[in-house]
Amino acid sequence: MSDVSISPGWLTRLANPSRFLELSGRILPWLWAATLAAFAAGLVMSFNAPEDYQQGITVSIMFIHVPAAWLAMMCYSLMAVSAIGTLVWRHPLADVSAKAAAPIGAVFTFLALVTGSLWGRPMWGTWWVWDARLTSVFVLFLMYLGLIALNRAMDEPGRAARATAVLILVGFVNIPIIKFSVNWWNTLHQPASVMRLDGPTIHPSLLYPLLVMAVAFTLLFFTLHMMAMRNEIWRRRVQTMRHRAARAIGSGQ
Amino acid sequence: MMSHLAFVALAYGVTALTVAAMVLAIVLDGRARRRELADLEARGIRRRAAGADGIVS
Repeated sequence: MSDVSISPGWLTRLANPSRFLELSGRILPWLWAATLAAFAAGLVMSFNAPEDYQQGITVSIMFIHVPAAWLAMMCYSLMAVSAIGTLVWRHPLADVSAKAAAPIGAVFTFLALVTGSLWGRPMWGTWWVWDARLTSVFVLFLMYLGLIALNRAMDEPGRAARATAVLILVGFVNIPIIKFSVNWWNTLHQPASVMRLDGPTIHPSLLYPLLVMAVAFTLLFFTLHMMAMRNEIWRRRVQTMRHRAARAIGSGQ
Repeated sequence: MMSHLAFVALAYGVTALTVAAMVLAIVLDGRARRRELADLEARGIRRRAAGADGIVS
């Protein structure tokens, strides 16, 4: 083994859960304020955006569908980084991060599927079709549920963390499949219109509300993720204290 | 046949309800865990100063 270790930099300073709780407690009110301000601005811009010349008013579904879909993939990517943190750096909070993110990612994936279906019915004439983009996002939703179940199926946090981390990394193969599915296969879903090498193809009157809503959704995600991480740290402290209390009772008999 | 406005309203409604439920669940989970911690501490059960977070290291 080499003596040279990879340092994740400033992340190591957050390794102490008590320090994380203290720091996050100070940051959270500001994150909530920023989230609410971004949602207020985003919703005002969305409701004042013009109707699309082809899609009419249904284009407003884009302002929630697209950020939810972006977050579904970003959350999984964050979990993949956390999984590397668990397996490679053994960062004490990496598993807490992955475990806290999974239910939030599942909710955003669910929202992407439901709002997509509600957009598809009036525009495509169908609620659902088993094409590449829709199916791969549905697989992502099932993976979130599977990861949540796997993590909760094991009592010992160390074993659960490592098994979940391996499965997260195996499942990461689905993320580029989702992203490029609209280019690789014939699908009802339109190709990318914002993240393109030649620039966005959406008119600024619809693009700006979309970007502000994406910022709002992203802030909401990080706010909720931080709160869920704090909950998980507290949950593990409770578990540790109960074990200590049980051992103390056992040794006293 | 639903109007286009109804699809938009339904999409925003489902999103608002789902996000509200998620926020509520996380807030309530946090409150319940802090109550449990306070209860254990009130009964004199202490956490070790270091390495007692049950965190994988």
